[in-house]
Amino acid sequence: MTPNKSTGFDVKKVREDFPILGRDVHPGIPLTYLDSAATSQKPNSVIDAMSAYYRDTNANIHRGIHQLAEEATYAYESARDRIADFINAPSSEELIFTRNTTEAINLVAFSWGRAFLKRGDLVLLSEMEHHSNLVPWQILASQLDLELEFIPVTPEGLLDLDTYSQQLKRGPKLLGITHMSNVLGTINPLKQILRDAKAAGAVTLVDGAQSVPHFSVDIQDFEADFYAFSAHKMCGPTGIGALYGKKEFLEKMPPFLGGGEMIKRVELRSFKTNDLPHKFEAGTPAIAEAVGFGAAVDYLLDLGMEAVETHERSLTGYAIEELSRIPDLHILGPDIEEKGGVVAFYLKDIHAHDVAQILDSKGIAIRAGHHCAQPLHTKFNLPATSRASLYLYNTKEEVDLLVEGIQKVKDIFA
Amino acid sequence: MEDFYREMIIERYKTPHFRGVLDPNDISYEDDNPSCGDHIQVDVRLDENNVVTEALFSGEGCAISQASADLLMESIIGKNLEDLKDLSKEDILENLGIELGPVRLKCALLPLKVLKAGVYGIGESEEIE
Repeated sequence: MTPNKSTGFDVKKVREDFPILGRDVHPGIPLTYLDSAATSQKPNSVIDAMSAYYRDTNANIHRGIHQLAEEATYAYESARDRIADFINAPSSEELIFTRNTTEAINLVAFSWGRAFLKRGDLVLLSEMEHHSNLVPWQILASQLDLELEFIPVTPEGLLDLDTYSQQLKRGPKLLGITHMSNVLGTINPLKQILRDAKAAGAVTLVDGAQSVPHFSVDIQDFEADFYAFSAHKMCGPTGIGALYGKKEFLEKMPPFLGGGEMIKRVELRSFKTNDLPHKFEAGTPAIAEAVGFGAAVDYLLDLGMEAVETHERSLTGYAIEELSRIPDLHILGPDIEEKGGVVAFYLKDIHAHDVAQILDSKGIAIRAGHHCAQPLHTKFNLPATSRASLYLYNTKEEVDLLVEGIQKVKDIFA
Repeated sequence: MEDFYREMIIERYKTPHFRGVLDPNDISYEDDNPSCGDHIQVDVRLDENNVVTEALFSGEGCAISQASADLLMESIIGKNLEDLKDLSKEDILENLGIELGPVRLKCALLPLKVLKAGVYGIGESEEIE
């Protein structure tokens, strides 16, 4: 692929930033990594920032008065500032570090949910949610006797917005919705959805695990009350994610985990919580991971999120076009206009595990299973699907390898 | 990995010999592999000496799980309940004749897991390995 003329994006150069892309998976068979929706690979700048932190800076933060502690605190807090800027959060005190998207959603369910929801309240989710935005609410529903309702997904893989309008009339207290489906690839019309939810009086929480890595996300544009995402899907390390929460909510919420750092003052029988965002960050946090998260955001900004999006759109369009030509292959989800770089598919009479296993023999990494969205698979009556997911370092040549690999799968099972 | 899908496995997957449901039966059990959605049911008939006379599996899954189930059903006919309890991972791998990584091992072992749970479910309380 030649560099994009208008954005200057050069995928060949980008690939050089990711050392893992140069390895063989089996002897003589290079890696074709098409599983970035599960986790992305990491550029040198992120790996280096984290090891440099451990080599030169390592100390606990916010407590020590010594030089290393000052430097570590600065590194941690400056990462927070840059990540908050990355999603255009109004202030970095509204950006709480969590372990991942899952923990961010659990934080909201546990803290906000227990304080502000009561028996019989309605929580509105959708049928395309990842387990991480289903199970926390199921747990809470069983504890508080809440009602759960789900925005249906149409056969085309879109939210049924007519039904949604009707559901809003029932006065849900919370809307929990994914920005982009990790199976269908559907990018939901968030602005409209959140505006309508707000008009109906609902608090809104968005699962941004699949969106923030792939296109520019502006929190203030669609005014989510809570927005959760993970570093590891956007070139950053595992073990850290973020929850954006509106200050007015975070301030009223009780703490999530108790311990050091989240307190201002402790007595034997009582404590006073710390200011935001520390109130929600009990214990020593993932400091090196925060540094890596910050470096990941710097890397993405350096490439430009518009350039990343343009590259992925063109690649996704190509993948859909090429895969659609394969007889007996069915792609889930909407057309390219409403779809991000996630292409889940199934082959008639061939189980997804077998597809993935045979592709692996060609060095191609895809995901097989229900991708932590089992209810969605049940709805479409599929036990499992195969999923190729694309990111900024993928190429058309890799899509071609995928197509060849699927042909081999079909030959073996023919 | 090229020889991963031995012809025998593909053949067993496409045309299993021991696929079906036994009703009535003496042992019937089903379970899922939550990571991939594979589902296996095993039905067994015993004679008066607790020897397996018939065994069929049903459900859906990948070639490995289905072939493993088919081969397992074939191998247990004529065995008694105590023999079934002694079946191990090695027996399954021997049936399939291939090496498996940890993820695919779960696919291969699901039929045995289901069979053993069914066997232990009929009155014995021994731990399943």
